[in-house]
Amino acid sequence: MATSLAVIGLVGRLVVLFALLMTVPLAFALSAHDPAENAFLIAIGVTFGAGALLSVATSRYKRELQPRDGFILVALTWLVLPAFAALPLLLAIPGLSVTDAYFEAMSGFTATGATVLTGLDDLPLSINVWRCFLMWVGGLGIIVLAVAILPLLGVGGAQLFKAEMAGPMKDAKLTPRIAETARGLWVVYFSFSLLCFFAYHWAGMSWEDAFMHMCTTMGLGGFSSHDASFGHWNSPLIEAVAVFFMMLAGVSVAMYFVAWRQRSLRVLWRNVEARAFVVAIVGAIALISVYVWYFGAYDTYAEALRHTMFHVVSVGTTTGYAAQDYGQWPLFASLLMILLGCFATCAGSTGGGIKMVRMLLLLKQSSHELVRIVHPNVVNPVVMGGQVVSPRVLQNVIAYMMMYGATLVGLTMLLLFSDLDVVTAFTAVIACVNNIGPGLGEVGPAVNYGSLNDFQTWVCTFGMLLGRLELLSLLVLFTPQFWRR
Amino acid sequence: MKILILGAGRVGESVAESLVSEQNDITVIDIHPERLAALQDRLDLRGVVGNGIQPSVLREAGADDADMLIACAPLDETNLVACKVAHDVFHIQTRIARVRSPEFGDGTPLMGKEGFAVDEVICPEESLTTYIRKLIQYPEALQVLEFSQGLVSLIAVRAVDGGPMVHHVISDLPQLVPGLPMRIVAIYRRDAMGVDRRVICNGSTRIELGDELFVLAANQHIRPVLDSLHKRSEPVRRVMIAGGGRVGLRLARHIARECNVKIVEADLQRCEYLTTQLPSQALVLRGDSTDEDLLEHEGVQETDLFLALTSDDEDNIMSCLLAKRMGAQRVLALINRRAYADLVQGQGTQIDIAVSPSQTIIGELLAHVRRGDVAAVYSLRRGDAEALEAVARGDEKSSKVVGRRIDEIELPAGAQIGAIVREGPGADLKPAKEVIIPHHDTVIRSGDHVIVFVPRKRMVRQVEKVFQVSATFF
Repeated sequence: MATSLAVIGLVGRLVVLFALLMTVPLAFALSAHDPAENAFLIAIGVTFGAGALLSVATSRYKRELQPRDGFILVALTWLVLPAFAALPLLLAIPGLSVTDAYFEAMSGFTATGATVLTGLDDLPLSINVWRCFLMWVGGLGIIVLAVAILPLLGVGGAQLFKAEMAGPMKDAKLTPRIAETARGLWVVYFSFSLLCFFAYHWAGMSWEDAFMHMCTTMGLGGFSSHDASFGHWNSPLIEAVAVFFMMLAGVSVAMYFVAWRQRSLRVLWRNVEARAFVVAIVGAIALISVYVWYFGAYDTYAEALRHTMFHVVSVGTTTGYAAQDYGQWPLFASLLMILLGCFATCAGSTGGGIKMVRMLLLLKQSSHELVRIVHPNVVNPVVMGGQVVSPRVLQNVIAYMMMYGATLVGLTMLLLFSDLDVVTAFTAVIACVNNIGPGLGEVGPAVNYGSLNDFQTWVCTFGMLLGRLELLSLLVLFTPQFWRR
Repeated sequence: MKILILGAGRVGESVAESLVSEQNDITVIDIHPERLAALQDRLDLRGVVGNGIQPSVLREAGADDADMLIACAPLDETNLVACKVAHDVFHIQTRIARVRSPEFGDGTPLMGKEGFAVDEVICPEESLTTYIRKLIQYPEALQVLEFSQGLVSLIAVRAVDGGPMVHHVISDLPQLVPGLPMRIVAIYRRDAMGVDRRVICNGSTRIELGDELFVLAANQHIRPVLDSLHKRSEPVRRVMIAGGGRVGLRLARHIARECNVKIVEADLQRCEYLTTQLPSQALVLRGDSTDEDLLEHEGVQETDLFLALTSDDEDNIMSCLLAKRMGAQRVLALINRRAYADLVQGQGTQIDIAVSPSQTIIGELLAHVRRGDVAAVYSLRRGDAEALEAVARGDEKSSKVVGRRIDEIELPAGAQIGAIVREGPGADLKPAKEVIIPHHDTVIRSGDHVIVFVPRKRMVRQVEKVFQVSATFF
C-alpha cells in the first residue's frame, strides 16, 4: 500500500510539472487574446490543484522506487496526463466528446498525429499550439524531462528512464549520472528544435506556424495547424526543411549527444542503426518515386520525386504529415510507406514503431540461423557495433516481435468486429501502434479519425499508448506475477 | 655489442640464439630462474633473475654500459616501461620493444623520447601476417621477402614441371624468358640421403625438378619470375585457418574480404571474440583442428590453403598432414621448434611450408644489431643462410666496394650480389629509385643499396667487413 501511495505521490508531482507546461499555450492565448484563454486558466487550475493535492496527501509515503514501481508510475503517468491534456480541448471546442478529446490528447502526447478534429484553421491559436506542444514534450518523454530538470526521482530514475525510452538495449549509460544523461538528451533535443524553428520561419512560415510545426517535426508527431497540413503552403522549400529535420529526428538523440561529447561526426556514421535508417529511407524513396511516376500519379519524375520524398520521410519516420492525398497513390506505394514506418526509426529517437535496431537484430539472427544449418560447428552470435549481443536481449526482441504481431492482429480484429473495412482497420491499427498518424481508407491522409465510433476510437487510443510505451512496459502490468508479492 | 634481452620466452630465446653467435655480449632478464638456467646451459650468455622494469635489476644486468635493450616480455606494458627506464635512467642507445597492441604504433609521440622512448616496435604477429599474406598473393612461392621498401624481392620457389626454365642451364635463361631481369642467387637440391644441399650456382648449373631456388628480382617482376619456374597456380580463394590466436585473427582480418575464410578455434569464448573482430563474411567454427569429421564437413578438400596457426607445434603438424591427406591444395604450419621445421618441410614430406615465427622477426632485429650500414636482414633456411641489404658508402679509396666491378669485390665463396637499388634522378626531378640486376662488370656507386645472399651464417661478418668504410674515410 505504501508503495503505491509513494508512486501516486510522484504522479502528483508530474501532474504539477505538467500544469507548468500548460503555461506555454496560455502565453499564446493571452498574447493573442483568443477565446481559449479561460479554458487554459481553468485547466491549469484544475491540473495544478489535482497534482498538488495528490503529492501533498501522499507526502508521508516516501521510499526508493523499485523496478516494478517504475512500470506502474510510467503507465499511470501516461494514462493520467492525457486526461489533463484533454481538458483545454474539451473546454474550448464546443461539441467535442470526452472520447475524442482524450484520443486527441493521447495522439499528441504519444507523438502519433492522428486527429479527430476538422477545421483546424478555425481553432483558437492556443489550442493548436497546445496540441503541437504536447508532441514536442511527449516525443522525447515527460519522465525523461522530469528526471532532467527535477531532482525528483532519486536513484530509481534509471528504471523509469528505461521504461520510457525506446529500444532494446537501454543499459548503456551515456554519463555516470542518469540526470546528466537526461539533461544532455534534452539539451540536444532543444538545440535541434531551435534550429528547426528558425529554419521553418526562414523557409516562409509565420512565427506561430514555425513554432507549432517545429514541435511536431522534432517530436515526429505530425499534427498541423492547417487541415491541408503541408499542402497549405505547397512550397518545396518548406518541405525540404521538414524532410531534413524529420531525418535528423529519426536518429537516436543519444547518438547526437555522444557525437557532441566526442566532438566527432564519425560516431553517427559508424552507428549501424543510423546508417540502416538512412539506407532504408533513401531506398524506399527511390523505389516508390519510380513506381508512382510509372503509374502516372504525376506528370514529371521531378514532381513525383518531390512528393515521394516528403511523404516517405514523413510516414517512414512516423511523423505523418501529408501534403498530397497519397491515399490516391497505388496501394503498393502507400502501404509500403506505412510498413516502412513500422521499423525505420532508430531506437532512442522520438519516432515510434519496432525500431531499426530490433529489425537489424532479427534479420541478423535469422540469417545466422540459416548459416548454422549449413555449418553445425559455426559460432556466429549476433554482433552489433563490435559486441556480441547477449541472448537475453535477442529473446526480449523476439518476444517483443511476437507481442507486436499479436497486438496488430488483435486490435485489427477488434476494429473489424466493429464493422470497419479491412484496409481502414489494418492501417488504422498500424498507424496508431507505430505512432504514425494517418492510415489509409477512412482514416487516410485526406480524411481523419473523426468518422470512427467511440469504441473504435478507444481501441486506437489504447494502440497508441501500447506503441509509445513499447508494449512490454505496459503489458507487464497485465501479468499476475507483477502483482503477486 | 652489449645487449640486454628482457624476457626469455619464445621470442626472447630465438633472439638470444641468433645474436649470441655474432659475438655479442648478451644478458637475458626473466622472472623465471628455470628458463634462464636452461638458456644459460645451451647458449653462451648470462641470465639475471628479476623484474626487468626495476632499475636495480637492469643495473645488475649491466644496463649502465649496455648498447641495446630488446624488450620482449609477454606483456606490452612491461616492455614499454622497460624502454622508458632504459632511456631515462641508463641512457641505453637503442631500445627495441615487442608490442602486440596495434594502438602503440611506431613513430607516435607516445613512443618518442618524452613518451615511452621506444626506438623500434617489433610485433612478431604482424611480421608473420605480412609473411603469410605474401604467400596468399603469390601461391607458387615458398617465401617472398621485400627489400628497399618493397622495390626488390627475394623469392623462394620450388621448380616444378610446367615452368619454361626447368631442365635448362642458367646461362640459357635470357633466351628462354627474354626481357626478364632476375638473378638466381642460390639453388638447394635434396640429395639421395634426403638432405638439402646447396648446389654451386653458375651459368652451367642446370635447374632440376624439385630444386628450391632463391631468386632476386624487382617487385613488378615477381609474377613472371614465378611463372617461369612454376606452373601457374589457381589464385587462393578458399582459406581455412586452424587456430584463432593473435596471428590467425590478424590474418583473417586482412584477407576476409578477398578470400573465403573459415577459422577453426577450440575455445568458445575466443570464438565469440573472433566474431566481434572479423567481418561477417568470415566463418568462425568451434572445434578441434585435428578433428577429421569437422574438416571434412567444412570442405577442407576444397581449400586452396590450409593454415595451422595454433601455438602447439604438434597440433599444427598433425592438422596439416590431415588436411593435406584429405585434399587441401597447400598446407602451411606454424612451427616453433627448429628440429620439427627441418623435419617436415621439403620435398617428399606432406607439409608445403613450415613457418618459424621467431625467424620472421629476427631479421628486423638483426638490422639494428649489425654494424655498418645494413638496411635489412632476413634469416633464411631456418637461420642457415641470410640475405641482407647493405648500403655502399665512401669512395674508391675508403671503400672496398664503391667504384669496383662486381667481379672485383672479394666476397666469400657462395655469397652473391643479386640486385642493386640505385637512386637516380627520376622523370620529374623526384629522386626515383632504379633496380639493377647486376652483371659481373657492373660498377657499384656510393649510396647504392646492394642486396647480398649469404649462404652460411658465419660468412656474414666477412660480408659486413667488405661493406665497412675503412678509417681513411674519416
